[in-house]
Amino acid sequence: MSEDTSKLGIGTDEWVAQHEKRLQRRSGALGIVDLLNQRVSNKVRYSALGVAAIVFGLFVHNLYLLRIASNLGVFLMMTLGINIVMGFAGLLDLGFVAFYGFGAYAYALTSSSQLNQHWPTYLSVPAIVIATAFLGYLVSLPSRRLFGDYLAIVTLFFGQIFIQLVLSSDSITFPGHTDSTDITGGSNGIPGLDPFKLFGRAFKSTSDYYWLLLIVITLLLIAVVRVNRTRVGRAWRTVREDPLASQSMGIKVNNLKTLAFVVGAAIAGLAGAIFAGIQSAVFINGFDIPLLTLIYAAVILGGSGSIPGSIIGAFVMSVLPEILRVQNYSEFLFLAVLVITIGVIGKNWKKLAINIVSLIAIGYFVKALFSLSHMTTTPTKTWAIAPVSKALQYWLVLPANRIVWGNMAFIALVALVAYYSIAHEKIKPWLLPIIAYIAIFVWEDRLVADASTTRQLIIGAMLVVMMIVRPQGFLGKTRVEVL
Amino acid sequence: MLELKKLSMQFGALKSLSELDLTVNKGEIVSVIGPNGAGKTTLFNVVTGIYTPTSGEVLLDGKSIAGKDPADVNRLGIARTFQNVRLFLNMSVIENVMAATYANTKSNIFSSALGLPGARREEKAVRERAEELLNFFGSRLTGYRWEQPAYSLSYANRRRLEIARALATNPKVLLLDEPAAGMNPKETQEITDVIGRLRAEKDLTILVIEHDMHVVEGISDRVIALDHGVKIAEGNFDSVATHPDVVEAYLGKGSADRK
Repeated sequence: MSEDTSKLGIGTDEWVAQHEKRLQRRSGALGIVDLLNQRVSNKVRYSALGVAAIVFGLFVHNLYLLRIASNLGVFLMMTLGINIVMGFAGLLDLGFVAFYGFGAYAYALTSSSQLNQHWPTYLSVPAIVIATAFLGYLVSLPSRRLFGDYLAIVTLFFGQIFIQLVLSSDSITFPGHTDSTDITGGSNGIPGLDPFKLFGRAFKSTSDYYWLLLIVITLLLIAVVRVNRTRVGRAWRTVREDPLASQSMGIKVNNLKTLAFVVGAAIAGLAGAIFAGIQSAVFINGFDIPLLTLIYAAVILGGSGSIPGSIIGAFVMSVLPEILRVQNYSEFLFLAVLVITIGVIGKNWKKLAINIVSLIAIGYFVKALFSLSHMTTTPTKTWAIAPVSKALQYWLVLPANRIVWGNMAFIALVALVAYYSIAHEKIKPWLLPIIAYIAIFVWEDRLVADASTTRQLIIGAMLVVMMIVRPQGFLGKTRVEVL
Repeated sequence: MLELKKLSMQFGALKSLSELDLTVNKGEIVSVIGPNGAGKTTLFNVVTGIYTPTSGEVLLDGKSIAGKDPADVNRLGIARTFQNVRLFLNMSVIENVMAATYANTKSNIFSSALGLPGARREEKAVRERAEELLNFFGSRLTGYRWEQPAYSLSYANRRRLEIARALATNPKVLLLDEPAAGMNPKETQEITDVIGRLRAEKDLTILVIEHDMHVVEGISDRVIALDHGVKIAEGNFDSVATHPDVVEAYLGKGSADRK
């Protein structure tokens, strides 16, 4: 097989066959991403990741960072699980977090004073995994005949039923009793869970869980990668591609759907149990739709069906909100993202330079306008990194009434972005720096202070941009429906 | 080998097949012809279990298979291709074939995940079998094409791949739904040869739906003609092609007389 397509005669079979490669050879930053994506083998990627994770565990003792890393680990297990159900088998399971919640609550009930059960971890965790897998089996039964939207609706309701059950199981009166029993703690949750006890030690610190997660995820990754490329993985993909053809080739589609549900549920159950151990408490609001959307966003962003994609998606979706929580980081994160975005859109460097120069010019111009009109500004705002903050002070307008100005600018920004998408090609280059300036203004003056809202906005914006620029996700493959 | 007895398939008031009798003997190649809407593909769908017949019997080696699940029908030894080519488009060419060995292989999710020796051996055997099946089509589906996604194949190659995929399920009876549709004359000649070789080398009994009369003439031991779900003629190619009812079905009433 020849790597150099230019040597092939146009129109020959080999030339036609390499059509895909030629399409992928894009200019700009995305092209580089593609190239790296092709060059590096998966083994190298996974090993590098593993080494990084071990180094992190050995040298980082900051509790906060370990917490973030452990949450990432749990989140990663979830994305790997949903990637099996949705990415491999193509089943849109919107009740997935219920399995996670079930695992967490099952651990809480077997390892706390709530029901006075203190099972050894060696017993409780395997039991939970088996029980969650069985629950996955039960849910899959009514879903066996369903695909696509119908399956999504049914599983979504299953997830909601789980939440309602947990919420209302805080006062259950059993037949023959007069007083009610509190099983799940309702909306108060269950606090004070026992820590994991494995390898002869009680898990006292987050670091212990970090190493546990590292082992579990390594094993899980090996298993998932192997299953994906062998018999069952192939069969799952045929179910995703064409269930009827799959059946006609002797593949029991219903059994494979059930298997995907069961495996996904088991992984989620395990993740839930570990999560409950880390938190040493469970609350039902952690297992609701917001988490589900985050997990799906992670898988879609990374590329549905791609295992490395799931990992990257999990990184972005679980670490990014934490970065945004800290103002000092979030202030500069946006500028970085903006520069990268412009780099991606502006395919030639000349245009890029013009854009940046005009963006800077607009800043000074607007600043001058504001000074001339004697508007009150607050020049005393300081940024974390001194040189950049000084530069920004002379460039960015910081009105006294930031909320009002920020809100107005936000509306203007949305309107401009909407207009940009339909604007004439000749107007677009003029609009770009203006949009960029207003975006920076809105970000620094308004959004940074409002971290929780901003996180949602950013995730939404990222998904929108991703779906436009690369609908198959970061590492996903373009899927062809019918040709 | 394959026997249909008074097979009827009705959708509401529409009788797609009515009281169809057909016997296909072992090693025989039988072509089904008929105008559009005659019920040819419905016949395939009933035989392969996609539809449950309204009445009548489908017997494979004397055992009834009517109403069985398509996967079970396939496991009993009937494989098919589709008129509108239903490949697993986003899987690689070789994976399409390897996936079809599912029913004949055993490794489960645990043995695969653990990479047990048995599972590894089986995987290797599956790969070799898939390569062998793809090599059946000469240079058309070999080498660099194996790792290509199926959607990158040309139309004719998709049809070939679909046949290779059907073969991977180890069938006794092969149902080909318009194998030469959309092919140029050279490719059509090739597929005619392939169908002959399938019988000779793979020991198959073949039922073909085909519109290209050159193909039908070239391959068939026997031809049956359907119109509105009724068998209007059966016999060798020449007798069916000149049968007045067949000519009428294709060209309209009175055509046979005018000739």
